[in-house]
Amino acid sequence: MAEQNRKVAFICSKGNLDMAYPALIMGWAALGNGIDVTIFFTFWGMDMINKARVDHLEIPPLANSSMKMNMMGIPGYIGIPQIMGVIPGMTPFASWLMKKKMDGLEVPPVREYLQMLVDGGAKLYACKMSVDMFGLKKEDFIDGVIDIVSASDFMDMTEGSQIIFI
Amino acid sequence: MTTRTIAGKTVQVNEEGFLTDPAEWTKEIAAELAKEEGLGVLTPAHWAVIEFCRKDAASTGKAPTLRRITATAGVSTKDLFALFPKGPAKKVARISGLTKPEGCV
Repeated sequence: MAEQNRKVAFICSKGNLDMAYPALIMGWAALGNGIDVTIFFTFWGMDMINKARVDHLEIPPLANSSMKMNMMGIPGYIGIPQIMGVIPGMTPFASWLMKKKMDGLEVPPVREYLQMLVDGGAKLYACKMSVDMFGLKKEDFIDGVIDIVSASDFMDMTEGSQIIFI
Repeated sequence: MTTRTIAGKTVQVNEEGFLTDPAEWTKEIAAELAKEEGLGVLTPAHWAVIEFCRKDAASTGKAPTLRRITATAGVSTKDLFALFPKGPAKKVARISGLTKPEGCV
């Protein structure tokens, strides 16, 4: 087909639950359409591939101006007072709610989604500088992570790719 | 909307070459489209996926997504990508005489 050699590379730099999904959803769509996918995890984005963290990603309501109470079924766009965000339990609650909504849409959890991408042929890499900074090792990452590479390696391996920073 | 003749049968297709009426699909058409997609001769494993998609679409009214195929038809993601390499989402739907899946997963 015409787009045979199209390649997409995602740079995942965020570890919040909501920011884990864009690369997973677009990456999966890309694989389904025959586009090569590479994902580079850097800084907080490494939480997505960290065995100890991947199942515990969260979304804090604090300082999130888009999160309104309509997510909880309250009509309109009534805000959540910022002071509420600091109450213990609010972040787990918001995270639980988002996971429930995702589940309702049959969107798999992050760990399972990453495995789907790996099985579909996506190549996952961790950022060397971030790995050194956080004191991590390759064993700390889920199985699909191929290697720990430098920014320069990433640039070499994504020649001709469309690069999306998240 | 245009028509084209596939495996001796004239069918309606959209601009991307997907059949617009699943009822016009035949196994011979699937075999022909599979060749066009570079899959060669369809194996029983291919047919199992195609038949699942046909049945699922007939009951839900839309083409199943890859995730739905792997979760429901008992074929692994790896196998699905090996059976229909380089873009299984479109290939499975096209060969099965369905439109592109609307879902994102």
